[in-house]
Amino acid sequence: MMSDLTKLTLAGARDALKAKEITSNELTGAYVKAMEGARGLNAYITETGDKAMEMAKASDAKLAKGEGGALEGLPLGIKDLFATKGTLTTAGSHILDGFVPPYESTVTANLWRDGAVMLGKLNNDEFAMGSSNETSYYGPVINPWRRKDSDAKLVPGGSSGGSSAAVAARLCLAATATDTGGSIRQPAAYTGTVGIKPTYGRCSRWGIIAYASSLDQAGPITRDVRDAAIMLGSMAGYDEKDSTSVDRPVPNYEAALGQSIKGLRVGIPKEYRVDGMPAEIDALWTRGIEWLKAAGAEIVDVSLPNTKYALPTYYIVAPAECSSNLARYDGVRYGLRVEGKDITDLYEKTRAAGFGPEVRRRIMIGTYVLSAGYYDAYYLKAQQVRTLIARDFANAYAKCDVLLTPTAPSAAFGIGEKTSDPLAMYLNDVFTVTVNLAGLPGISVPAGLSSDGLPLGLQLIGKTFDEETLLRAAYALEQAAEFKAEPKTWWTA
Amino acid sequence: MSVVYSMQHRDPRDEDLIKGATGDWEIILGLEVHAQITSQAKLFSGSSTAFGAEPNTQVSLVDAALPGMLPVINRYCVEQAVKTGLGLRAQINLKSTFDRKNYFYPDLPQGYQISQFKHPIVGEGTVIIDLAGGRSVAVGIERLHMEQDAGKSVHDLSPGYSHVDLNRSGVALMEIVSKPDMRSSDEARAYVTKLRTILRYLGTCDGNMEEGSLRADVNVSVRRPGEPLGTRCEIKNVNSIRFIGQAIEYEARRQIEILEEGGSIRQETRLFDPKAGETRSMRSKEEAHDYRYFPDPDLLPLVLQQADVDRIAANLPELPDDKKARLMSDYGLSAYDATVLVGEAATADYYEAVMKSGSKKRDGKIAVNWVTGDLFGALNREGHTIEASPVTPKQLGELVDLITDGTISGRIAKDIFDSMYKTGRDPLEIVEKDGLRQVTDTGAIEAAVDAIMAANPDKVAQAKEKPALAGWFVGQVMKSTSGKANPQVVNEILARKLGISSDN
Amino acid sequence: MWVTQTVLKNQNKGTLMSVDQDTVRRIARLARIAVRDDELPALAGELNSILHFVEQLNEVDTKGVEPMTSAVDVTMKMRDDVVTSGNLQKEVTANAPKSEDGFYVVPRVVE
Ligand SMILES: [Mg+2]
Ligand SMILES: [Zn+2]
Repeated sequence: MMSDLTKLTLAGARDALKAKEITSNELTGAYVKAMEGARGLNAYITETGDKAMEMAKASDAKLAKGEGGALEGLPLGIKDLFATKGTLTTAGSHILDGFVPPYESTVTANLWRDGAVMLGKLNNDEFAMGSSNETSYYGPVINPWRRKDSDAKLVPGGSSGGSSAAVAARLCLAATATDTGGSIRQPAAYTGTVGIKPTYGRCSRWGIIAYASSLDQAGPITRDVRDAAIMLGSMAGYDEKDSTSVDRPVPNYEAALGQSIKGLRVGIPKEYRVDGMPAEIDALWTRGIEWLKAAGAEIVDVSLPNTKYALPTYYIVAPAECSSNLARYDGVRYGLRVEGKDITDLYEKTRAAGFGPEVRRRIMIGTYVLSAGYYDAYYLKAQQVRTLIARDFANAYAKCDVLLTPTAPSAAFGIGEKTSDPLAMYLNDVFTVTVNLAGLPGISVPAGLSSDGLPLGLQLIGKTFDEETLLRAAYALEQAAEFKAEPKTWWTA
Repeated sequence: MSVVYSMQHRDPRDEDLIKGATGDWEIILGLEVHAQITSQAKLFSGSSTAFGAEPNTQVSLVDAALPGMLPVINRYCVEQAVKTGLGLRAQINLKSTFDRKNYFYPDLPQGYQISQFKHPIVGEGTVIIDLAGGRSVAVGIERLHMEQDAGKSVHDLSPGYSHVDLNRSGVALMEIVSKPDMRSSDEARAYVTKLRTILRYLGTCDGNMEEGSLRADVNVSVRRPGEPLGTRCEIKNVNSIRFIGQAIEYEARRQIEILEEGGSIRQETRLFDPKAGETRSMRSKEEAHDYRYFPDPDLLPLVLQQADVDRIAANLPELPDDKKARLMSDYGLSAYDATVLVGEAATADYYEAVMKSGSKKRDGKIAVNWVTGDLFGALNREGHTIEASPVTPKQLGELVDLITDGTISGRIAKDIFDSMYKTGRDPLEIVEKDGLRQVTDTGAIEAAVDAIMAANPDKVAQAKEKPALAGWFVGQVMKSTSGKANPQVVNEILARKLGISSDN
Repeated sequence: MWVTQTVLKNQNKGTLMSVDQDTVRRIARLARIAVRDDELPALAGELNSILHFVEQLNEVDTKGVEPMTSAVDVTMKMRDDVVTSGNLQKEVTANAPKSEDGFYVVPRVVE
């Protein structure tokens, strides 16, 4: 019975708790046990089982009285980029050694407000810089999925690799994640889970450790589209502590699900059909188009001519912002400190020891592109191209309501397979990064298996603040795809 | 700041030139003044700005730059910047942006200062400075932008370590950048003085230089008259008007000396040491600056509505230049007197209260002399502010009236003023109680004159020969009447009796 | 159709500028990251390959295009001038590697 509890979806568990068929104590206990049994996946940096059981107890008291919020008693995993009051928060970096925030991020505070239970802090690429969760100081996360007839360890995608692996391996009901260039959608695609990055400004960034401020956005990774709608409804909302947060009401996202997509105009951007993309991804995309057409959608060909410039634009803008955002990690007020003969020596030693190679690389690139004489050629140019990319989407949306694309150019790859070539790694985000540059909402839905038996995802991209249409279309896609595959639980001790 | 700005053309005045060993040199000065906005809370956080608190007690999570913290701008600070811009008769930019200035320093927790680089909230304006001899010069304002202050390091708490206090970190500053329009240390001092006056009138900065609410970076260069601009050095954070003058004098001479010896000036940041009276290179900041400015992605563009600017403009107080012109025309004051009065709004207010109290029309000139003479003297001596003056404007007005209508003599008035200052009593009450009314009764004065002439026949004879000696008799009469005799009447009677002209 | 793999392979054609080891040292210094001399060649190589990759943007005609300043099209809200935080000395110094009497402590900074 206990192991079955982790099979429930978030919505299923919610309904079972409300109906008093189960208790949060049982449910949370099952997850704490699953979490402990799956340490080999390295999904959690910090497990907070005791805290979880306490929170579950409080939730049960509320539920017994017929009270409680939208997520009452539901155990979640939290990406370690979210500051959690009193709980170690590391961003997957050595430089935040021992850092215990005296504050709670707005997004997680919203979840606790609604009654959710915290299981622990999920692993991620260091400062969310990576596409495979291999840059974490706490080591790589192992994807619960394996290729057919192989026990090679695969990456769970990144940077929210702990989140995607934990949801796929049933180590939490759902997880928070963040997405700067694809870090929610790409790991979701690699693990057969659903990941939604809402419109920039929809979720507060307050208390989320910043990577690239103009691109970072929080969202959930979940078992299915309904769970994503429920999670997003709780995470989203205006926050006066974040100047880039947008003051508009949060709709009932769950209510959008199941509504017909008849007449919905689905744009197919021709520039996403890139050379060198595995045929099975292309085929999956075509199947997706057919499914939506069959559900009544109108398929429209659109063009996003500047798509090929998105990745280079991203690799100017994001490093530039990160070089500045990460200047605060200097060994003075928190985290790691390596003593030096003077303050400059202290800074240099601390930051050399505290940041891993990928973070150092991006800080260096960012420092360079902002430095005297290069700003116009790189940063200004990139922000201009960004305007053009956003304009492409605006033009496309004159003809359609959502866009359908593959989420990633391949299925999950092996650990260590791409670490030697940063650029090859960057290509994983080629389909997702445009969405961040334009500030749009995007969702990845599992849509099939590769010939190796690995999950593949399709991405839907919506209009600004039109997550309802996006979720409606995603739900329709999910219904049509009927993705039921699960990873075999090889990892349990 | 390092912006390229235009400067006004001015023919050098001979008295401003520095005579070097090889000829004349002209000093070119531009100032960057950092003025702390008088707000309750910081520019981007809800911490208090109060001065003098225990270390790190006025530091929010945002000010300490904890991970994930974000800035949210203080509306009041924005309005104060706009108000100041209007007071500087400057262009208000309805759209401005915030940029990050990146550098590492222990008192800069974020690793960057949020400032306005590309698009400041205020553009070009003008400040009229008032100089000796009634001379005025218009100094161009290049821009005004908002930015965060840094924290403070204490270096003497334990050997080998600095202690960092972030209480000031994030306090709102206005950086007011002048054009290089000043040509002497006098002009620079007059500029800061005038700027401080304007800020205080507006109430946007308390101008307290001791607490660091106002401090200046002084850009100094020298050139041969008529030649292109020389290389400048920036003297950082000078925190008194006197030091500004000293720093400029020293720095200009230092540069001239180098140039005259065939050397060249290295553009650098320097520090003024008031104890040694010299400027020194700041070696710690010597390293090549590359601030990597870029728009702060945590903040959106700051957009103002013209209606909001208009509302602030409509509520602007009368500015010093306007007040000066009005005082001159309303009360017949000289430019000099009017300048002295408008230096502090409270002084001008006091003066106007003197002129407006009571029903009598008063002579503006007599009143200004009392305010800037005896009153200022007493206030200075006693260390009182004009707001705390024991003599009220109404009382000073009454004193002026008593002089004007001949009730008391000017000499007696000084004693009465001292008594008013000490006791707070009304002047008329002092006159009556102490019997200080001026004697204008010719009979009584004649009697006094006759008595003195009778007692000093030899002096009478001498005075008839030499009318200048009549003054001795005036003094004796005033003495015998305890100073109450109307001096004019005394003069007339004496002249008649001695048979000499009364207008010597 | 565009070709991702080709993008990567054509990196060595015409480029804006190329980063040498001195530049890497200067950048590392600006970023306050200690770099050993023996790390410089590899770092220069990595930075160059990334820079060459992003220099594709030179093909794009951006004349007269406004740079994007924000991903959301709203104006900034402002807060009231009210003190909402204070006396957090303990909280803000709790994580400090070295602190004393409420101060953060660093090696002496000479001016
Ligand atoms: Mg300056
Ligand atoms: Zn400044």
